[in-house]
Amino acid sequence: MADYKYTPADFKSDQEVRWCPGCGDHAILNAVQRALPEVADRTDTPHNLFTFVSGIGCSSRFIYYMKTFGFHSVHGRANAVATGVKVANPRLNVWVTTGDGDSLAIGGNHFIHAIRRNVDLNVILFNNEIYGLTKGQYSPTSKLGKITKTSPYGTVEKPFNPGELVIGAKGTFFARSIDMEVNLSKECMVAAALHRGMSVVEVLQNCVIFNDKTHAAFAADKATRAERTITLRHGEKMLFGANNEKGLVFENMKLKVVTVGQDGYTLDDVLTHDAHERDTTLHSMLAAMKYPDYPVAVGVIRAVEDDAVYDLAVERQVEEVRATSKIRCVDDLLRSGATWEV
Amino acid sequence: MEQNSVHELQDVVIRFSGDSGDGMQLTGTLFSDTSALMGNGISTFPDYPAEIRAPQGTVAGVSGFQVHFGNRRQLNPGDYCDVLVAMNPAALKANRKWLKPGATVILDGDSLTEEHIRKAGFATLDPLAELRLDEYNVVVPDITSMTREALKETGLDNKTVVKCKNMFALGICFWLFDRPEEHALRYLDGKFAKKNPAVAEANKLAIKAGYNYAANTHQFANNYRVAPARLEKGTYRSINGNVATAWGLCAAAEKAGLPLFCGSYPITPATVILEELAKRKDLGVKTVQAEDEIAGICTAIGAAFAGNFAVTTTSGPGLSLKSEALGLAVMTELPLVVVDVQRGGPSTGLPTKTEQSDLQQALYGRNGECPVAVVAASSPSDCFHYAFEAGRIAMEHMTPVVLLTDGFIANGSEPWRIPQMKEYPAICPPIVDQAPEGGFMPYVRNEKLARGWAFPGKTGLEHRVGGLEKDCVKGCISHDPANHQTMVSTRAAKVAKIADYIPEQTVYGDAEGDLLVVGWGGTRGHLQNAVDRMRDEGKRVSLCHFNYINPLPRGVKEIFARFRRIVVCELNEGQFAAYLRQHLQEFRYEQFNKCEGQPFTIVELKQKFESLLQ
Repeated sequence: MADYKYTPADFKSDQEVRWCPGCGDHAILNAVQRALPEVADRTDTPHNLFTFVSGIGCSSRFIYYMKTFGFHSVHGRANAVATGVKVANPRLNVWVTTGDGDSLAIGGNHFIHAIRRNVDLNVILFNNEIYGLTKGQYSPTSKLGKITKTSPYGTVEKPFNPGELVIGAKGTFFARSIDMEVNLSKECMVAAALHRGMSVVEVLQNCVIFNDKTHAAFAADKATRAERTITLRHGEKMLFGANNEKGLVFENMKLKVVTVGQDGYTLDDVLTHDAHERDTTLHSMLAAMKYPDYPVAVGVIRAVEDDAVYDLAVERQVEEVRATSKIRCVDDLLRSGATWEV
Repeated sequence: MEQNSVHELQDVVIRFSGDSGDGMQLTGTLFSDTSALMGNGISTFPDYPAEIRAPQGTVAGVSGFQVHFGNRRQLNPGDYCDVLVAMNPAALKANRKWLKPGATVILDGDSLTEEHIRKAGFATLDPLAELRLDEYNVVVPDITSMTREALKETGLDNKTVVKCKNMFALGICFWLFDRPEEHALRYLDGKFAKKNPAVAEANKLAIKAGYNYAANTHQFANNYRVAPARLEKGTYRSINGNVATAWGLCAAAEKAGLPLFCGSYPITPATVILEELAKRKDLGVKTVQAEDEIAGICTAIGAAFAGNFAVTTTSGPGLSLKSEALGLAVMTELPLVVVDVQRGGPSTGLPTKTEQSDLQQALYGRNGECPVAVVAASSPSDCFHYAFEAGRIAMEHMTPVVLLTDGFIANGSEPWRIPQMKEYPAICPPIVDQAPEGGFMPYVRNEKLARGWAFPGKTGLEHRVGGLEKDCVKGCISHDPANHQTMVSTRAAKVAKIADYIPEQTVYGDAEGDLLVVGWGGTRGHLQNAVDRMRDEGKRVSLCHFNYINPLPRGVKEIFARFRRIVVCELNEGQFAAYLRQHLQEFRYEQFNKCEGQPFTIVELKQKFESLLQ
């Protein structure tokens, strides 16, 4: 492990942070700036290799506040631009900051294909279930029936669950956090950075102006979160509740919430989280859990190592061809194949 | 029996034509490669339907490949053909109008069945009479049955055997024009010998059978000899425009000392560039076949930010999709080459046919004041040079460049004297390696008005750029009114300044005269040929052909001023003419335009020029 001795201040740019007071984005910025010194050491990444790419939306202003290389692209295209950055130079540590509109609506295609290719990007998906920068229209994660400026009578379309989308696209890493849980967010960011391949960290984020308290039913305060969310950690029992008295069991092909010691359920019956399982079924079910039927899963839900990492595979193929090819330069190329003298 | 006589010819146009599954493209390519190896000047043009297998036997499904070869450099594939090889009545019908007076027609007699004749839409069962071909030298050998006979001992099934009939036709043409078979035989060995040696043998047998048939039967009155062209000394190869474009991009990357990155999405007729670059891993090229056109350009922009020479390749509809991201590249002032292989539009239009109608899209098709450099190639082989130039301009001037080619030069091929890379200049982008005192300011400019290029990974150069308007020095977001004006003006001035770094405009022919023909891009061969013919007749006509469109080169005004009339010829409704009217308002421009999905013909150009000289 390297020892760069970076502090969060080394990742703060001189730009004034201009999100609304009380916006969840402040906490995400805080978590990332706290995560990077640890990421630098644990992945042996010097400061000059960190690169942040974003699309459009409140989340995408993020890059201006980071004292790293940064590229603020156009709406929806962050994952495509970041793919180019990473393929061009796989040694860079590339992060994408994006939102539910940016990556799940206008940029949905790039998002799923970056996942499919397993490009080694660390994507932070700020999910506030609303379009904030355009002042309050419903997004692809807004709850069915949500009243917004563009749905004055409520939406009539079902939302995406980002976790199901990522895992459905055979994503190799998916974690979820809540903006207020800075330590958990930081833990997820570090895990995402350590993961080889595409990592998506969904942060359930509050938009204090246009969608206040959208996650409050399960995320309002510490006590609520203890009862209504479950923090998953690889190798640990799936327990939650103020005293860890509740657990998840698998019964009749479904997840079920039980209380340990009641109805004949013991600790042995409670599932142990295996984030490394390649099969997507259980991870998808965990990501899909919705309050009030279930606790909302947070933490690293899926982290599967896969050798097929796109940017590295592209580079490897180039090296393999170069090792044996007779064409070493453009002069060779121009004279390859059928030629004749005049 | 009358002896065959050998006639010397200056140049010949052969059109191979059949169903789109008949292998006419391969037949034509083998004939043209053989002729190139014999030292002839060559120009070729494939003309095929958009469908991979259009309805069999119909006129819509006819696929053609035209070869123009001669004892001089051939500037275009020729308008009208001396020999038409037609594998069925539909091919005959589709190409009837392209026959030169007295041309030879070789038609597969076995295809003259009622079914084929009806499918081709003839009113009677006598297509030859219906098309009034009595003034022509029509030969109707039973190609299919003779191929079957020649291959009966191969043991191959009937379908495979019949597929070899195109090689029988090729054999006839080899005899007719005194070409050796060796190149084609070698090619077939290479193509099939490993996977299917029996098929390779069958094809080779068919060529020989066709050749022997033509030599023995005296069906053809003569055979012909076309002397080699007197070409500049050197090593030559045959190349098509798309491959030349790909290689020119490789050359620019090599001369800049940067890796080449291509983010692209398949689209006719540009796909071959991506295919060729995907092969060029031997030169370190990285290709991403993106999920869509937008991701194609966006991955390229990301790669440019990260310090690669980045390109994206497309055709008109794809350029439409890339518009927003192209604006991002203008705003972030990153080097990027966008290749647009133009085809007939609008919308899906005519995917396999040529047109020059994306010029204004390339110049203006974006939101905001959004200037990009625009360069156009004018022949299959000079795609190499102009792809190199597009790369040089992009990297040295830190700007996106649109390189316009078109379906005609992209698919057409010609012999090319292979250059040596030492003849090409080094490309020197303004790469920043160390932060100057006071820190790196991304929008500080050099004498070309190009900003510094500092890629991620370079210590102490961390900075942020993006699509929001930038402070003219620091590069941070700025909504200041005066700053925006400064940046709009500076981006325009930067592109205008490229004029100081490109060659002055030249004129072909005399520097003054009665008529100046003005063209741009892929029409050069036809325009020059037509101008040559006019000059041979003593007419005072010259050609001013443009490869650099934005900015226009220096010296244009001086050229234009010395001609009595100016006619702008283009395969669109007058886009370059409108551009010239905007930039050089003091001249009057006549126009000659065509949107048929086909190149100009020399005949129609000459007619137009003659009418303007009256």
